[in-house]
Amino acid sequence: MVNIPKFTIPKEEYVCKGHSACPGCGTPLALRYTLKALGKRTVLNIPAGCGGVILGVWPSYALKVPVVDNAFECTAAVADGIRAGFDVLGVEDAYVVGWAGDGGTVDIGLQALSAAVDRNANIIYIMLDNEAYMNTGIQKSGCTPIGAWTTTTPVADEKGWNTSPKKRIMEMLVANGIVYGATVNVAFPEDFIARLREAKDIKGTKFIHVLAPCTPGWRIDPKKSIEVARLATQTGIFPLYKVENGRYSLTKEIKNRKPVREYLMLQGRFRHLKEEAINQIQKIVDEEYARLLKKIKDTNE
Amino acid sequence: MVEAPKTYKDLPSTPITFFTTEDNKTGTWRTIRPVIDKEKCTRCYICWKFCPDLSIEVEKEGDYPNVDYDHCKGCGICANECPSNAITMEKEMEK
Ligand SMILES: Cc1ncc(C[n+]2csc(CCOP(=O)(O)OP(=O)(O)O)c2C)c(N)n1
Ligand code: SF4
Ligand code: SF4
Ligand code: SF4
Ligand SMILES: [Mg+2]
Repeated sequence: MVNIPKFTIPKEEYVCKGHSACPGCGTPLALRYTLKALGKRTVLNIPAGCGGVILGVWPSYALKVPVVDNAFECTAAVADGIRAGFDVLGVEDAYVVGWAGDGGTVDIGLQALSAAVDRNANIIYIMLDNEAYMNTGIQKSGCTPIGAWTTTTPVADEKGWNTSPKKRIMEMLVANGIVYGATVNVAFPEDFIARLREAKDIKGTKFIHVLAPCTPGWRIDPKKSIEVARLATQTGIFPLYKVENGRYSLTKEIKNRKPVREYLMLQGRFRHLKEEAINQIQKIVDEEYARLLKKIKDTNE
Repeated sequence: MVEAPKTYKDLPSTPITFFTTEDNKTGTWRTIRPVIDKEKCTRCYICWKFCPDLSIEVEKEGDYPNVDYDHCKGCGICANECPSNAITMEKEMEK
């Protein structure tokens, strides 16, 4: 018998061609995978940011599902409002998704998100993390990693670059009592879709942290976009894990973590880093990874 | 199909969209183009999976992938990710 080649992710597409993302952008991939997992009975709530802007200018749009263009501060609140409306109407088979950037989540939309978790709003909240305010021209956000150049952390001298660590959004939400949280990466589409499928029918607030590269913001060659994103996980900088009712587990085992240098040196935003700074970042990543493994151990005893 | 509005009087009372973005021929952005060598292609569909612009088309399982040059932006991800090196990026002809 001849083996017929197979698709490893669903065939259906709910994102249209002709959107205006930069070549090599990770955001349209994240949208593709999300809608492949959730299907067409999905409503997205998107505030300002590349995720909303690349979808087009009225009267054209690049998604085949309804979208509410909400104000920056209130993604989770608007999503919960739509959910409440559906509940009144008896619509049970539709997914309501809040979809915001890292700036729109860990900085600007944080109170609405924490309030939604407090109410255990029955929504899926997806944070598209490209590690800065990209749509307005690469300003540092609470998700910008240590060592990165941005236009508001310019590399004028030794300490010009960003020196604060990424906000620990997952831990904030876990401390808040969130029922489900997971990290996913556009370089691992099968895993991405598996997490969403696992999350979609859980009752309560589900949080998905997506890592997606931004080619101009990360100063990368567009063709390397997926390669760079993959290295983020292979180096342990962006481990893939989930937290179900406080219980942590790895969703992608990385046997031999690659040195962080491999990830950093492919990107112009890190190219100023000298030996010492790279070693320091390696140390931080090692410590963070050990912390994660410890949490997995501690919450599974 | 809904008519595109001509004056403000044709605008709907709420800002809803009518058309998809498919008329935007983003292929004009491109300076290099992916060319698939079907001799080398194993139909793993990795290029299809990772194209941010939905410009690698596969009709059905078993078929070879084709590039939609009207929309492909020439990012080169498909060529970089293809495990069989079946895709090469070639310079667009100078006009
Ligand atoms: C209340 C408010 N403040 C500021 C802006 C300007 N603004 C539009 S998009 C954007 C950047 C969003 O960054 P992020 O949420 O990380 O999304 P990205 O564009 O990086 O995907 C900003 C600051 C706005 N539209 N509304
Ligand atoms: S600026 Fe970055 S995030 Fe925005 S469309 Fe371009 S690549 Fe994507
Ligand atoms: S990635 Fe390469 S081998 Fe796989 S389907 Fe595409 S062209 Fe063919
Ligand atoms: S070059 Fe980029 S846009 Fe064009 S087909 Fe390949 S992955 Fe898609
Ligand atoms: Mg961002």
